[in-house]
Amino acid sequence: MPIITYRDALSQALREEMQRDDRVFLMGEEVAVYQGAYKVSKGLLQEFGEMRVVDTPITELGFAGVGVGAAMVGLRPIIEFMTWNFAVLALDQVLNAAAKLLYMSGGQYNIPIVFRGPNGAALQLSAQHSQAFESWLAHIPGLKVVTPGTPYDAKGLLKSAIRDDNPVCFLEGEMLYNTKGEVPEEEYTIPIGKADLKREGDACSIITNGKMVLVAMQAADQLAKDGIKVDVVDLRTVRPMDVEAIRTSVMKTNRAVVLEEGWELAGIGAQTVDYIQRDCFDMLDAPVIRVHQADVPMPYAKNLERAAKPDAAKTIAAVRKVMYLD
Amino acid sequence: MATKVFMEALSPTMEEGRLVKWNKNEGDAVKSGEPLAEVETDKAIMELVARGDGILRKRFVAEGESRPVGQLVGVIAGADENIDALIAEGSGGGSGGGSGGGAPAASAKPPEAVVAKTTENAGATSVPQTSAQSQGEASMPPQAKIEASGNGGPVRSSPLARRMASERGVDIGRLQGSGPGGRIIKRDIESAAQSGGGGHAVASAPARRAAGAGDFEDVALTQIRKTIAKRLAESIGPIPTFYLTSEFDLTRVSEMRAAMLAMGDEYKVSVNDIVLKAVATALSQHPEVNAHWLGDRIRYHNRVHLGVAVATDDGLIVPVIFDADTKRMSEISRETRELAKRARERKLTPAEYTGSTFSVSNLGMFGIDQFTAIINPPEVGILAIGAARNEVVDVDGSFESRPRMKVTMSCDHRAVDGAVGAAFLQTLRRCIENPLMLVY
Repeated sequence: MPIITYRDALSQALREEMQRDDRVFLMGEEVAVYQGAYKVSKGLLQEFGEMRVVDTPITELGFAGVGVGAAMVGLRPIIEFMTWNFAVLALDQVLNAAAKLLYMSGGQYNIPIVFRGPNGAALQLSAQHSQAFESWLAHIPGLKVVTPGTPYDAKGLLKSAIRDDNPVCFLEGEMLYNTKGEVPEEEYTIPIGKADLKREGDACSIITNGKMVLVAMQAADQLAKDGIKVDVVDLRTVRPMDVEAIRTSVMKTNRAVVLEEGWELAGIGAQTVDYIQRDCFDMLDAPVIRVHQADVPMPYAKNLERAAKPDAAKTIAAVRKVMYLD
Repeated sequence: MATKVFMEALSPTMEEGRLVKWNKNEGDAVKSGEPLAEVETDKAIMELVARGDGILRKRFVAEGESRPVGQLVGVIAGADENIDALIAEGSGGGSGGGSGGGAPAASAKPPEAVVAKTTENAGATSVPQTSAQSQGEASMPPQAKIEASGNGGPVRSSPLARRMASERGVDIGRLQGSGPGGRIIKRDIESAAQSGGGGHAVASAPARRAAGAGDFEDVALTQIRKTIAKRLAESIGPIPTFYLTSEFDLTRVSEMRAAMLAMGDEYKVSVNDIVLKAVATALSQHPEVNAHWLGDRIRYHNRVHLGVAVATDDGLIVPVIFDADTKRMSEISRETRELAKRARERKLTPAEYTGSTFSVSNLGMFGIDQFTAIINPPEVGILAIGAARNEVVDVDGSFESRPRMKVTMSCDHRAVDGAVGAAFLQTLRRCIENPLMLVY
């Protein structure tokens, strides 16, 4: 099976879906002539022309709104945000228009739109450009929120997101674009709302999503050296969340560590823990521990940024704690 | 990664422990589960085991000193790991210079300080150096738990542990938790179920019960049973006890003992050994008295775990002969002596005095002819054994001197009616007056 980057996996998904359905088009800042700020749309302008690969001014609210309008009249727009930090400016269109129109039109308007772009922290981009938005978006009924952590998942889920008849927020990662993984040549899609057991063990469940899947896998590798085998449950989609996968794993391991990139309060992990306590109460041998970003704006200083981010060492410490080893 | 060694709550009521003896020196390699030290609790001398692998880098407590539960008493870490912070923590924790044999509380930190510190840590989620934030209870040091549960709070246990205990018939109230603050967790139930339900007992027990029969059967209370229980408890409470006394002829028991002794010293058995074997055998035929009263149901045990009351200098303790009905007399004899010896040395582990399904108390050796024993709940009966004495009795119209023994069974009327107790004593009489029954 070919090993390709997360970036190329996304690029393949865009190209294949644009070839498959001519209602699909890409719009955003620098997506066409510059080939994408992160080169995800490389070659698309040449292949599909400027009607379907559209450069926009720096007007997030504006082009997100154009996208919603296009979706209302039957097109299938993909709106690229240079980062989800910039998408904050467009949230009125995402939350108030895209997420609500099906409901408020009495079912007359489906909004088949994908909002996509890098999410969360990279390196030293400081407080305003390092935010993980999945919990903000997942809060809103009417949105689907997808956070792939591997090239395989990125491609399969982006194709599903583009084919979905409802708005999907697709959260990528600047630090993920260059990561590599196996992606089959043949056509495949991954259903939205299905988690994936990335590693199998019995000692503890690490439940996570997005970029943190890589952190969880590092932690799992380290723990395995001490003979501690953990389940790594990659949620892949945080809304709708695969509660069954969480339940199955925690029922087996009796312990859970919930790892997420964002902040603690009202985070994805808070919801995950709620599902666990509801469904697995009698099977828990220890309180669930959450690992997340420190409750501060992301510091610029390298050492402080490192201290604020969730990482493998913190995850390992949490696993050892729920196992009563420390 | 360093592992802190705490003074653990090694008995459910333990508040402090005296470190009797370190099994490991500073610098010794230790593995998780290995005994680090012997600790005297309020009940027995127990092992404090390592909860992590590494080198025992530091011991904060000298042999003979006491520490409250939850106090740091040592550090296990990698050979060259920096443990300065832990040493500061442990040394600050009140191991103050040789407080000769008394008042450890005086040198320990006042509890308020401990709690205050804990709260501070738990709330400090915005401090980046905490390794993982909002860790709930699991991150709190054991001190806080003890403070919280010290005022007669319930036994702490994980939901999973409670569920496993109920499924496996383990009495969770009698266990000691190895989790933070004495929380009973999965591994505690597993080890209790293992020692209570098997270990050496299983090795010698023939597989004579149908596979899948389980260790016990719960039978919901019928209305009449409920009414009996309620009314009788109102009459004499909380256990409405009644007593059945019977006198057994020990002629054949004496003959058997003499015959066995004649074969050699290794075949010597006591009257008590024979009685225990007989009780176990009778119990296996009368599950209705080999039972636990559980409030809303009666648990009829399929296995016979016989509690044997032992007087020690510190008071009464009831070690258990597991699967007594399937053990040979020689095994019962040896085990009884061994358990009694360990009981007097205060070396019994909780697993050894937990889980009996019926108990026997023998005051014959103190010259008591007859007495009534107090039921050990949730059991529903206990048998009080008196001394064997020669009595003149009528044997087929002529007077003869025969060895006789009185037994009195205390019955919990909520579960056992008079006729049921009497039937059990009948079987017991048959076994004791015809000890060959015991080899049948």
